[in-house]
Amino acid sequence: MKNLEPSDEDLLERFQRAAFNYFMEHANDENGLVADKSTQGAPASIAAVGFGLSGYPIGVERGWLTRDAAAKRTLATLQFFWNSEQSEDPFATGYKGFFYHFLDMKSGKRVWQSELSMIDTALLLAGILVVGTYFDQDGANEREIRHLADAIYARVDWQWARGGQATLRQGWKPEAGFLHYGWEGYSEAIILYVLGLASPSHPITDDCYEGWTSTYQWENIYGQEFLYAGPLFIHHFSHAWIDFAEIQDPFMREKNCDYFENTRRATFVQQEYARRNPYGYEGYGENCWGFSAGEGPGYKNIRIGSKTRQFFGYTARGVPFGPDDGTICPSAMLSSLPFAPDITLAALRHLSSHYPQVIANHALPSGFNPTFQSIDPTGLVTEGRLGLDQGITLLMIENFRSGLIWKLMRQCPTIANGLSRAGFAGGWLK
Amino acid sequence: MTMPKSENNMQQNIQPAIEARSDQIDAAYMKNVHPEGWKNPKPAGVYNLVVIGAGPAGLVAARGAAALGAKVALIERGAIGGDCLNVGCVPSKTLIRTARTYADMRAARNYGAQDPGVIDVDFQMAMERIRSIRARISKSDSIKRLSEEGIDVYLGAARFSGPTSVVVDNQTLHFKKALIATGARPMIPDVAGLNDAGYLTNETVFDLTELPRRLLVVGGGPLGCELAQAFCRLGSQVTIVQDEAMFLPGEERDAAQLLSGSLARDGIEIRLNTTFESARREGTSKIASLRSVDYASTIECDAILVGVGRAPNVDNLNLEAAGVRYDSAEGISVNDFLQTTNNRIYAAGDVCLEHKFTHTADASARIALQNALFLGRKRLSSLTIPWCTYTDPEIAHVGMYVREATAKGIAINTITILMHDVDRAITDGEEEGFVKIHLRSGTDQILGATMVARHAGEMINDVTLAIERGLGLRALSKVIHAYPTQAEAFKKAADAYNRTRLTTTLKFLSKRWLAWSRGHL
Repeated sequence: MKNLEPSDEDLLERFQRAAFNYFMEHANDENGLVADKSTQGAPASIAAVGFGLSGYPIGVERGWLTRDAAAKRTLATLQFFWNSEQSEDPFATGYKGFFYHFLDMKSGKRVWQSELSMIDTALLLAGILVVGTYFDQDGANEREIRHLADAIYARVDWQWARGGQATLRQGWKPEAGFLHYGWEGYSEAIILYVLGLASPSHPITDDCYEGWTSTYQWENIYGQEFLYAGPLFIHHFSHAWIDFAEIQDPFMREKNCDYFENTRRATFVQQEYARRNPYGYEGYGENCWGFSAGEGPGYKNIRIGSKTRQFFGYTARGVPFGPDDGTICPSAMLSSLPFAPDITLAALRHLSSHYPQVIANHALPSGFNPTFQSIDPTGLVTEGRLGLDQGITLLMIENFRSGLIWKLMRQCPTIANGLSRAGFAGGWLK
Repeated sequence: MTMPKSENNMQQNIQPAIEARSDQIDAAYMKNVHPEGWKNPKPAGVYNLVVIGAGPAGLVAARGAAALGAKVALIERGAIGGDCLNVGCVPSKTLIRTARTYADMRAARNYGAQDPGVIDVDFQMAMERIRSIRARISKSDSIKRLSEEGIDVYLGAARFSGPTSVVVDNQTLHFKKALIATGARPMIPDVAGLNDAGYLTNETVFDLTELPRRLLVVGGGPLGCELAQAFCRLGSQVTIVQDEAMFLPGEERDAAQLLSGSLARDGIEIRLNTTFESARREGTSKIASLRSVDYASTIECDAILVGVGRAPNVDNLNLEAAGVRYDSAEGISVNDFLQTTNNRIYAAGDVCLEHKFTHTADASARIALQNALFLGRKRLSSLTIPWCTYTDPEIAHVGMYVREATAKGIAINTITILMHDVDRAITDGEEEGFVKIHLRSGTDQILGATMVARHAGEMINDVTLAIERGLGLRALSKVIHAYPTQAEAFKKAADAYNRTRLTTTLKFLSKRWLAWSRGHL
């Protein structure tokens, strides 16, 4: 971590604590499920649970939660996922070891006819591996945590999730079978492939990862050469758990780069886009950037001045190709901290001084849109907070401050094994 | 635009004159492409070349052969000019131009011009313009002109009667060589009730006399997207339905994403991963039943436009008699020299090619002609074929996609220039889009390019020339591009590439030299 001014350290502590509090305030203590969103009646998101689990060790180390309380919450979560129904029933919690994207906060059953989600299961499993590694003491609770973590991970049938194809499918529904949205190119899925490759029971084959990386595009944009993906969350999610600095897969070896450096460059592309501000959105600038998946002002076309502006609700915003509707995702900006600390801290200070409404109590909203505010003075900040935003903020600030999650995952044989099978070498993998 | 009342009266007064002119245009057009009472010539001896199909490929081959002194017969069962002139590129691009004008009028303030207020679309005027332009362009390939060039033009359906003969209008034509250039036709999906409900294709859509208020476009390919956007801008409420998971699945994701956003801004609803299951009539409306994974829905519309692909015209040619192998889906089998399984017979254009474009038909016909008549050994695989989807913005591509290069084990570096960094695109209010040039990693060799820009179809030709002539991106940097033009994006790409070559060592040496030269030169 770079040397921080005391004021910066204090600022980070406040934002990180606020993000941590989300998992205290919006979780069901009985089963460990975490709400997708802070708004009333929101279902649980399994990915938010993965971030929450990863956050408990942070809470313990930061003194925000006792180790015993963290272990109890963790155990309740793991017991729920181990014991919940795994079947083809449309109201089960999961199938083939995977879990449905959205679950009822109380019953834990599938809601919204959501899909059995491979990537969201991977984010949950990443959190399960964190707690399985962190809780390493002899007490009964911690022993059971380790046992359940191994069991839940080993139960996942990764081979099945290929659906007979070269790469992992993106979802499955009991009503329709496998889903594939045709996502191509770099995405947040490295963690998914690493976990699939390292499985002790149903691993995918090495060519599966190669098949996925074959859709990558290495681009020179605004003078930055990098593996392109538009939204920042793609450059962050796998990095929340895995320290990619100085380890390289075959693609990165050929490009003489690594994924950590790649995220750093992607961050500078985001800053440069905001500085150029080609579509003239309010607020954009070298200290106001952060384009990612999240909420927005809602789907509407509104004429502002000489232009008709198109606004979106929840969407994956990205640069430089869009979509862009003037919405900044502050958690995506802040989560860039480990990769580009100088410009991130400058942006955080700018946010704090220019948009106090956005950072009320330091709990970051999903988005804010100064352009929309110009026609609706009450419309600057999007409604509610998202579990994923709070989770990535919590983990990335910690990775910047202490590297805790990265260190834990380096000790986790599953991660090292999966990375090696994907062809990663060098750095801490030596 | 809404006209003042007096102008409306005037419009009524001149209506008969307009209709008369319209009749004249149609008569002139028909006289060019398929004149009534045309008398086929009497075949005299053996032809050097018999060409079946007077579309772009057939016309190029027949004219080229005749110009070189060959005795040539050209057979056409429909209209001279083929799909391109009659029901393809010419009418669609004409309609797109009208639609773009309306879109620009609505966005007038974006260009610093006054908002014209309520805009009434005159659909009949748009269709009239199509007929007029089609008639005008048809002159250059008129049956009269072709005859004057020494081509024996036969109107009628052709059937092979043997390996060296073909029958048309009860006359047998003997040939030394033949070229099959019969093109392709719209593929119709096997959807329950579609025939009874009625549908449009590119062959019938330009005959519309009234703008459909609600239009369902089946198939999100280039044709579907182009016409969907055009009709939307003319005032139709348009929905595109496609069963693919990805919009424009063959294109680069960023290009497809940009276009998808642009179509959405126009007001088009795009439904991906959606199967068109059945259709029925209900009063004057059509009801389409759709299914997306586990979600069933219906759409009520006034017209259904089918654009799911094209099927080669291989039926009723009696190809078996000529020993020409074919497949009703893939078309006529040809080798790299465009020779069929009968070595006297060649094929060109949509009937045998994967890339069904007018310019590919033209290029393939030139190859077939040279190989057929002059012992040429030109190869189809040597062609560098660009293509363009004429939406707004346009998407154009040439050469390899990154995924194709990766599959061949070729590492790619892509230089990307955003149109919002190109001055002329900014001045024109056309800054949406990009130019991506795919280079072989570590070199400036251009393997492919994709561009999204309002005039991408014009811009792609620079890169096509570079690939064809083996020019690297550094060579393009030495070409002075007129300023300001949107094609300046290529110069910017070349500059971006050159900057990547400035290694730390080079920068250090350059800095030292300049420091030294300040004191010594």
